[in-house]
Amino acid sequence: MISDDLTQLTIKEASRLLRLGSISSADLVTAHVQRIERIDPKVKAFLRFTPEVWEKQADEADRNIREGTARPLAGIPLAVKDVLCVRGVETTAGSKILGGFKPPYTATAVQRLFDAGAVMIGVTNCDEFAMGSSTENSGYFPTHNPWDLDRVPGGSSGGSAAAVASGEATIALGTDTGGSIRQPAALCGVVGMKPTYGRVSRYGLIAFASSLDQIGPFTRSVDDAAVVLSLMAGFDPLDATSSDRAPMEVLNNFGGGVKGMRLGVPREYYDVDGIETGVKAAIDAALFILQRAGAEIVDVSLPHTDYGLAAYYIIAPAECSSNLARYDGVRYGMSEEDAPNITEQYMQVRRKGFGAEVRRRIMLGTYALSSGYYDAYYLKAQKVRTLIKRDFDAAFEKCDAIVSATSPTVAFPIGAKTQDPLSMYLCDVLTLGGNLAGLPGISVPCGTSEGLPVGLQILGPQWGENLVLRVARAYEQASEIHPEVADIASPDARRATND
Amino acid sequence: MTDWEVVIGMEVHVQPRTRSKMFCGCSIAELNDPPNTHVCEVCLGLPGVLPVINRAAVEAGLKTALALSCEIPRHTKFDRKNYMYPDLPKGYQISQYDLPLSVNGYLDIGERRVRIRRVHLEEDTGKLVHAGDKLHKARESFVDLNRAGVPLMEIVSEPDIRSAEEARDYAMELQTLLRTIGASTADMEKGQMRAEPNISIRREGSSELGVKTELKNINSFRALFRAIGYEVERQRKVIEDGGTVVQETRGWSEAEQRTFSQRSKEFAEDYRYFPEPDLPPLELDREWIEELRAALPELPSVRRARLLEQLPARQVAVIGGDRYLADLYEAAVAKGAPAVATANWIVNEVAPTGKLPSPDYLYELMRMLNEGNLTRDQAREVQMEAIETGRTPAEIVAEHGYSQVSDESELRVIAEAVIDSNPKMVDDYRKGKTQVINALVGDLTRRAPHANRNVARDLLTKLLT
Repeated sequence: MISDDLTQLTIKEASRLLRLGSISSADLVTAHVQRIERIDPKVKAFLRFTPEVWEKQADEADRNIREGTARPLAGIPLAVKDVLCVRGVETTAGSKILGGFKPPYTATAVQRLFDAGAVMIGVTNCDEFAMGSSTENSGYFPTHNPWDLDRVPGGSSGGSAAAVASGEATIALGTDTGGSIRQPAALCGVVGMKPTYGRVSRYGLIAFASSLDQIGPFTRSVDDAAVVLSLMAGFDPLDATSSDRAPMEVLNNFGGGVKGMRLGVPREYYDVDGIETGVKAAIDAALFILQRAGAEIVDVSLPHTDYGLAAYYIIAPAECSSNLARYDGVRYGMSEEDAPNITEQYMQVRRKGFGAEVRRRIMLGTYALSSGYYDAYYLKAQKVRTLIKRDFDAAFEKCDAIVSATSPTVAFPIGAKTQDPLSMYLCDVLTLGGNLAGLPGISVPCGTSEGLPVGLQILGPQWGENLVLRVARAYEQASEIHPEVADIASPDARRATND
Repeated sequence: MTDWEVVIGMEVHVQPRTRSKMFCGCSIAELNDPPNTHVCEVCLGLPGVLPVINRAAVEAGLKTALALSCEIPRHTKFDRKNYMYPDLPKGYQISQYDLPLSVNGYLDIGERRVRIRRVHLEEDTGKLVHAGDKLHKARESFVDLNRAGVPLMEIVSEPDIRSAEEARDYAMELQTLLRTIGASTADMEKGQMRAEPNISIRREGSSELGVKTELKNINSFRALFRAIGYEVERQRKVIEDGGTVVQETRGWSEAEQRTFSQRSKEFAEDYRYFPEPDLPPLELDREWIEELRAALPELPSVRRARLLEQLPARQVAVIGGDRYLADLYEAAVAKGAPAVATANWIVNEVAPTGKLPSPDYLYELMRMLNEGNLTRDQAREVQMEAIETGRTPAEIVAEHGYSQVSDESELRVIAEAVIDSNPKMVDDYRKGKTQVINALVGDLTRRAPHANRNVARDLLTKLLT
């Protein structure tokens, strides 16, 4: 039996063992598969597994390692969110409407990780079309938080966060439209990073809201996040919104620490409605650690924060209402052979194929774009978006990076918010500003509240990934808080990791 | 009874000459290519794919805008036009809404200046093929997405056109212009150019616009002319019978030679336009625009004015309306071919065939005709064969043994025979009815088909006086 310890490693640790010849890529995959067999029936992070992919990729990684041509991610187990297309692998965006769809192409970001030697383990669960903050909106089943199986892992990339948090994959990919990487990373106690809009190609990412979506990594260390992100980053001729601006400097001097840096704490974020005292305490502790590490903590303001949520819930649904129009049951995915005519087919397929939250957002977005309402809703929301950007511009004149909680709360019980969409929308209140402004942000674990992980969010200016990573790494080192892997085997997992 | 004034604005869709589609690398299908053979994940609208702007299409749009004297704003962008239809794989068409590629140009049609409101870029939709003639009656419908994503320029005029003739002339002039600048082959029959007139009528002297109808399914200049004629009459009757014209889209039926109601604007779609988030706004490089402006060839209106200095208006109307004919004419004349005779030949013997000889061949042909070595009928055959085989006219003439008999001594015997067999006509001629000479020349060329008519005429005249 291959040691379960192999499922606890960072990229750096696993790569060292692989290169020393202590383990093979096949061993690493086997360790993960065995763990998945044991715990995924409880966590339910994965929708599908991809043995046909991992066998080939692990073989190739082992051959490259033997021949001394190993690439940066050679042999590293990777989990991929169900919104990222992989050639020949069923990709459904967590939706029944795409059941059976096997894309004839691979998303650029995923392909770049494959090219770097990563080994794909499987496809992770998510909220349908990435719409949600708990993964309960999956068209298939909810995912459970590895630290407390009765609670949600966050969302929409809940499956990816849970997979890394529970030792089912070394790294995972998610997408972040309003907080869908950072919030589940916080709730599951792992590192999650959303890059600057345009940093990573969106080609092959099944769109939710095109002007907000970005792909990013879940990892067990800040260094790992930097490595994975840098491998995906850069212009892609297939995505006109991707860019080569301000390339990332990886494994370089973002270990420079925070001494002399000014870190801004927006009062609107610090005192946000509904923030739990335990979360606030963890953030206070984190600020103290950063200060002790040499940073100056300054007070900043993002005055339009309150309007951000409203603007987001107009812009994102507006774009989604258009992006999801193509799912008509004619060319791929779910079909309705018995419909009497084409209009009826559209209606039946979309009624059956889309879940309640997706339908709600299509309705909201369609309404917001309709003639007579466009100016009052969509156009006004775009103006608010400009104001939010200016808020951040002004804040970054006073500080180098912004720090706050990632989520106002720790993981909540499954079912707690499903009947109240607005309370679910409030989960994103601290993260969606970064999407509206297109900024890079990361969530790193910063202790626990009631035994559940709390995340510290660090936001940087546009193209400021190096800076964000530097602050995150400084915090990680100074706090000595490193992501742990939840031990699902123990019935008392939650208490075991408390304090 | 008051007179009616016709008011027409034109929306013309033109397929720019590009190798690939508007937003992907797919090649452009020929008219009869098998369905769904020019498609990829992008133009099929599969999940997760993104559009990338075709630079060649933007260039064709800019050239067109410049040739129409349009203003080109610094910022332009693409928008989504949302509606669901089986030929629209994404559920939206990428088009341009409030910041088009260009605005405020004009095109002169004779004395009439037609203002151009805008020229913008968009993508075409696919095609539905119904088993049966109408969608709701069809048992099955098929979708061909070869055309989905093919680039289109939409050229929208102000309602400055006042008759079916003007509308047709506008479309023809636009075609000439597009071909001249190389922006499009603009063949209406192949669907590379589609004209959709917006038509209304009003009492002469009124300044208010009437209710308009928009006509679709027009596949030729002739159809454009007839469809407008029909529609104007229809609207006139509706109003004169006390009714009101309904704002709607009407289709032209070529088979029935009438328009029929397709879609009432009362149930107008709400297209929910919004900026295409997958494409960054297009910031047009001024230098590029100036390069394109500098590289524009002589425009048809300018060329026509120049040709009018050499040729009669009737010939300029034909030659000046076709870039390829005008190029041929000028190249042949530059080699030394006689201007009017060459123009005449092009108008009567080249334009109707639709097949162009090379300027070298045309020059050679004109020289042989001019020197009296070839009859017109022979020249026509030589031209056809030269185009088909690529051999020079001289070679063909030599091979066929074509040549005109221009030597008087060879014709004298035949001329004397003609005079002997037509005593009545000879008598008439000598009494002063000199026009009978034509009949005599005719008789001579029947007996000797290769005879040069001018030499024959001179010879007969000499023998009779």
